[in-house]
Amino acid sequence: NYLLLLLLLSVGVSAVEIQRPRGVPLSKRQFYEEGKPFTCLDGTRTIPFDRVNDDYCDCHDGSDEPGTAACPNGSFHCTNAGFRPAFIPSSRINDGICDCCDTTDEYNSGATCQNTCRELGRKEKESLQKMAEIAKEGFLLKQQIIQEAKRGLEDKKAKLADVQTSKKDLEDRVEALRIVKETAEQPEKEAKERHLKAWEEEKAVIRMEKDKARMAEVFLELDDDADDFISVAELLSHSELDPDSDGSFTEAEAQGLLGGVDKVDTVAFESVWNNIKEKYISEANADTPAPVETPQEEMREPEEEEEDEEDEDDDPDEADYKVSPLKKKDDDNEGTMPPYDQQTQTLIDSAQKARNEFDEAERALREVDDQIRNLEKEISFDFGPNAEFAYLYSQCYELSTSEYIYRLCPFNRVSQKPKYGGSETNLGTWGKWAGPEDNVYAMMKYEHGTGCWQGPNRSTMVKLTCGKETVVTSTSEPSRCEYLMEFISPAVCQEPPSLDFGAHEHEEL
Amino acid sequence: MFNLRAGGQGLSRMAPVLLLWLAVSLSGTLAVDRGNFKTCDQSAFCKRQRALKPGESPYRALLETMELTNTRLTLQLINDNNKVHLLLELYRLQGNITRVKINELKPLKPRYEVPDVLIREPPTEPLSLLSQDENGVVLSLGAESQRVIVSARPFRLDIMEGRDVLMSLNSRGLLAFEHLRMRKDTQADPEAEKKEDTDPANQAETAKEEEEKVEDGMWEETFKSHSDGKPNGPSAISLDFSLPGVEHVYGIPEHADTLRLKTTDSGDPYRLYNLDVFQYELYNPMALYGAVPVMLAHNAHRTTGIFWLNAAETWVDISSNTAGKTVFGKMLDYVQGSSETPQTDVRWISESGIIDVFIMLGPTPKDIFSQYASLTGTQSFPPLSALAYHQCRWNYNDQEDVQTVDAGFDEHDIPYDFIWLDIEHTDGKRYFTWDPHKFATPKEMLQGLVDKKRKMVAIVDPHIKVDSNYKIHNEIRSRGYYIKNKDGGDYEGWCWPGSAGYPDFTRADMRAWWASMFAYDQYEGSMENLYTWNDMNEPSVFNGPEVTMHKDAMHGAWEHRDVHNLYGFYVQMATAEGLIQRSGGVERPFVLTRAFFAGSQRYGAVWTGDNAAEWDHLKISIPMCLSLGLVGISFCGADVGGFFKSPSTELLVRWYQTGAYQPFFRAHAHLDTPRREPWLFGPENTALIREVVRQRYTLLPYWYQQFYHAHQTGQPVMRPLWVEYPQDPATFALDDEFLIGRDLLVHPVTEEGARGVTAYLPGKDEVWFDVHTFQKHNGAQNLYIPVTMSSIPVFQRGGSIIPRKLRVRRSSTCMEHDPYTLYVALNPQRTAEGELYIDDGHTFNYEKKEFIHRSLSFAKNILSSANLAPEAQFSTRSWIERIVILGASKPSKVTLKTAGGQESQLEFEFDASMSVLTLRKPGMNAGVDWTVTLQ
Repeated sequence: NYLLLLLLLSVGVSAVEIQRPRGVPLSKRQFYEEGKPFTCLDGTRTIPFDRVNDDYCDCHDGSDEPGTAACPNGSFHCTNAGFRPAFIPSSRINDGICDCCDTTDEYNSGATCQNTCRELGRKEKESLQKMAEIAKEGFLLKQQIIQEAKRGLEDKKAKLADVQTSKKDLEDRVEALRIVKETAEQPEKEAKERHLKAWEEEKAVIRMEKDKARMAEVFLELDDDADDFISVAELLSHSELDPDSDGSFTEAEAQGLLGGVDKVDTVAFESVWNNIKEKYISEANADTPAPVETPQEEMREPEEEEEDEEDEDDDPDEADYKVSPLKKKDDDNEGTMPPYDQQTQTLIDSAQKARNEFDEAERALREVDDQIRNLEKEISFDFGPNAEFAYLYSQCYELSTSEYIYRLCPFNRVSQKPKYGGSETNLGTWGKWAGPEDNVYAMMKYEHGTGCWQGPNRSTMVKLTCGKETVVTSTSEPSRCEYLMEFISPAVCQEPPSLDFGAHEHEEL
Repeated sequence: MFNLRAGGQGLSRMAPVLLLWLAVSLSGTLAVDRGNFKTCDQSAFCKRQRALKPGESPYRALLETMELTNTRLTLQLINDNNKVHLLLELYRLQGNITRVKINELKPLKPRYEVPDVLIREPPTEPLSLLSQDENGVVLSLGAESQRVIVSARPFRLDIMEGRDVLMSLNSRGLLAFEHLRMRKDTQADPEAEKKEDTDPANQAETAKEEEEKVEDGMWEETFKSHSDGKPNGPSAISLDFSLPGVEHVYGIPEHADTLRLKTTDSGDPYRLYNLDVFQYELYNPMALYGAVPVMLAHNAHRTTGIFWLNAAETWVDISSNTAGKTVFGKMLDYVQGSSETPQTDVRWISESGIIDVFIMLGPTPKDIFSQYASLTGTQSFPPLSALAYHQCRWNYNDQEDVQTVDAGFDEHDIPYDFIWLDIEHTDGKRYFTWDPHKFATPKEMLQGLVDKKRKMVAIVDPHIKVDSNYKIHNEIRSRGYYIKNKDGGDYEGWCWPGSAGYPDFTRADMRAWWASMFAYDQYEGSMENLYTWNDMNEPSVFNGPEVTMHKDAMHGAWEHRDVHNLYGFYVQMATAEGLIQRSGGVERPFVLTRAFFAGSQRYGAVWTGDNAAEWDHLKISIPMCLSLGLVGISFCGADVGGFFKSPSTELLVRWYQTGAYQPFFRAHAHLDTPRREPWLFGPENTALIREVVRQRYTLLPYWYQQFYHAHQTGQPVMRPLWVEYPQDPATFALDDEFLIGRDLLVHPVTEEGARGVTAYLPGKDEVWFDVHTFQKHNGAQNLYIPVTMSSIPVFQRGGSIIPRKLRVRRSSTCMEHDPYTLYVALNPQRTAEGELYIDDGHTFNYEKKEFIHRSLSFAKNILSSANLAPEAQFSTRSWIERIVILGASKPSKVTLKTAGGQESQLEFEFDASMSVLTLRKPGMNAGVDWTVTLQ
């Protein structure tokens, strides 16, 4: 039940013998004293020493069987000389699978294990060295990045101050121009209203004259016998004038329209005309059908494609186009409004100029506001304790796989685009730093990407590791629509500790 | 697996035309679309047959045609309405089984008789004539004054024992046999018409027959734009069975329904038609993925069974004269003595083929299992590792993912044996291939698993991508192995790969070729630790009627209509054969199938298909697997966690706790669900899952022994309580608890937020021991058990001995040489019995008597191990490390005596509070004789 450990030190000059029960780490050696009763490490019971590692579990905590698989919760210590010592669950002792690189876990299973500790140690040393070099270089880069970020931050703060000053000037200018504009617009408005009113009056006169002319025309049309009187009989030929529209236009009804008399002259017809002009259909037009409206097809033609339709909706000309046939008719009858007189036009021009100047100033102010917002956002953004991640802001990094091009724009969004055609899919927009509590900057979370069918919105975790370059190294989709991206950057490099590779080889001896 | 999705990366890879089809045919519903599946009314033959009401049968036995030989009786039946003659064959089979076959005497062309399901032509026993007159014939069935009475007018069969009628056939006059006929509108049969015309007595009937002939759906039928041309015309068959004294019937899986079958008067009959039902609903008689046309009838005195050997679409109606009565009403009947005998009436309707029915007369449940096993065989004996835990997901993305998940189990110290790959592992859904990017070096991956003594299952579905660059397709096409459409071309349907052909697995030459594709030099990237999963083998045809194949597709001379329910059976048969052959006949196969039929138990495991992460789906897993066990298929499980949707943590843990005590224990998840490996739900839940998976592993010796028994005898592994307590009516409808073998009773917690469960512990003079606390409870009581999240109420029967291996390792194979702990639970008579079965765990060498089978018994304070198979030879390194005796008293001395006569004193501990005696490290080899004496 004993393990005789014969360990050759790397220096190779001396050999050391250490006796302790199999599977016990050096740190617990004092609890296992040969020949003395063993007390389970949880203190629950004491057993004779020959029951330690006798392949039967006596202690609830498994401490009596560190070197056998008898206890379900035991653990076995591999010394792994040349590499790192380790604990494995005691259920892995003699299960035919080599777990400890020093092969000590398979002492009775028939498994042929090779001692790989030295090789592993060498490889680990190499990789640790390599990593340390990277970390060292990366850390140096990080210092530069931090300096740059500092400078960048100062620049931005200075710029913000500048812009804020210029904003003040702009605000004053906007206010001044607003007054100029309003001052210019008042006389413009009055002059335009005057002009419009005059035009309306003129139109009313024209309409009245037209009506009179039509009345005369109709009189002539109705006066079939040309006796300068309209008689009941003459009126009856126009069945559309039937007052109750019941299909029979009686003489009594016609007489009623004529004001209770049998016939009227041109003067009396004036009052009759007012009653019938809405219904009256000119004999000249009666046989020819009303002009056919613009064919619908023509109107619909531009709607063929969805995208176009959207555009049209935003196009104000479209509305004009649609109503124009009606407008046109009015214009034909009443003519177009005469141009503004010189004085009014001058007022309008100067008001327009004031408006343009005001709009321009306002636009400039908005731009400055945006600039300030962006600067403030960037200045207050959490770019890490030393703003070491600031250099990633407004950058994008791509990784091409066999099927897709993945694109990471830090603090903005992650996306995926098929290599051979197809549209881009949003894999998430910037959410937050999402590393573990003690290292929150080790992970970024991008969320609320394009929704998945019957599933969640896509999201991406970006895992940051130390490297000399800034590059996306891999992407995967460990769970449906939840992506994982590996990203290396000097910004996460930690100051490398002073290295002592030999140390762990000795700690057990 | 069935799914429609349009998210993630998959969408852009799907063929545009498939996308179009998806968009057209499925507009976003989530639950089962009942409209996609036929009701009886929409299935022309069912509607036609169900329209017939009980009454006097038009069939008459022509006694003068009777011929009785040593092995069978034959006589003709005539339908007085249409004068068609049928041939009745009656056999008495060994083991108390009566076989009744009815076919047309002279069918226009042969009618389909199901091949390959019976393991052999069942051996017969002589029938003897007891009496005969013009009314009928009485034949002796040999044992126990059993006889069968053939009545002539109308024709009926009654099977009697003494004065009791056990079962009657055609007693309600529902025997119907649609004879094959020429289509009247194309070619008339002048002979028949002339005959009918000249017989005035038959004119009424002739008119009636004419009426029948114009019914819809006889010569063609359409369902949702799918047309079923029926060149053979109507061919349905139907027969009724009356079961006097029976109020409980079971079986006819697969349905998502209670264990005890319900009456069907107020709705559709139970349907047997293998279908890929997307998001199936619970508690209804709709058909699911598999069909076993076997029904068990039970009362406190007797169990009988009906095996309706027909592979066509089948409907089963159940009615009962007591179904509507309340308990009070029944009591009133009893008090007033006015009660008629309770009776259940059953009626089977099939679309084609012949009537071939096996009446199993029990009388005990165990006898029924043996009788059925003598016809269709027993459960295949799985490799031991297949009884361990399986980790599945649609899909593990790539080799790295597989490696990460594998490492996750080690990191969290949870054992598992199999990791599974679903369809995405293939190169474009071409089975037998690997995705060249994601699974570029499958052998490397498999070797990684071999190094951990673990295994893998990869899916191989029966639909084959139509692609001239695909070897499998080219071979099948050039050999003419595809199922043909009605016009003679290769049948093509839509499935995962897009357009796909379906190999004709009903052909023996096709199956042999398929099996040869599993050879290591054919199936590239395969290794001995790669096993197979047959999904979609109903067969699933996305654009076919009811998501399956057109019934007028052709399998050689037979229509798909005739063989439909057999397709999945054959797929698994051929695949299992392939796995056997690749190892030169040495290794046991492991094949999981979704579709199945009677006899499928011989080829591997089944699971309950695409369930959902809902509590009711967890509950239904129990009756669904119990029903399968009753009809021979013991290796059953449900997707742990639920396939569709994402389970709550509580549901997932409860599902693990339930699944760990069901025969096939596999976690599975839909592609669109978040990952759910056991360690993703916080350390507390990881610990709960670890604990229950470990419990499964400690019990593997017992599970293995149960499967050995199932393989030897046909007894189910997972059993309803009534099977072991057939005289206790309190057990007859229980389906929220079950037995494993006869010694472990499990009442899983299947209620959300449960604080306790009430378990019925059967057996008036029995005791049961809580396996976790060792507390003893009396039988024949409803026991309330308070539960927490870690509770899994499991009880060991007093009187049993259960071997466990308490050293749980990374995989079952790692535990091979580990020692046993024997749990001896004493009954009130202070005795107990059990067994220990050991073999190499994975080869067929047990057939060559390379195993250890020992009986363990405790009586008179002596526990002994005796050889049950002295002719068998096997040696094990396993030994007995501990014996735990429950319900013991404290001895003063414990002595171990081994075969050599050596005696030694054993140390022991006694826990007086629970009366548990633990014997420390007796140490004898598990394969030898020994006794342990308590003094």
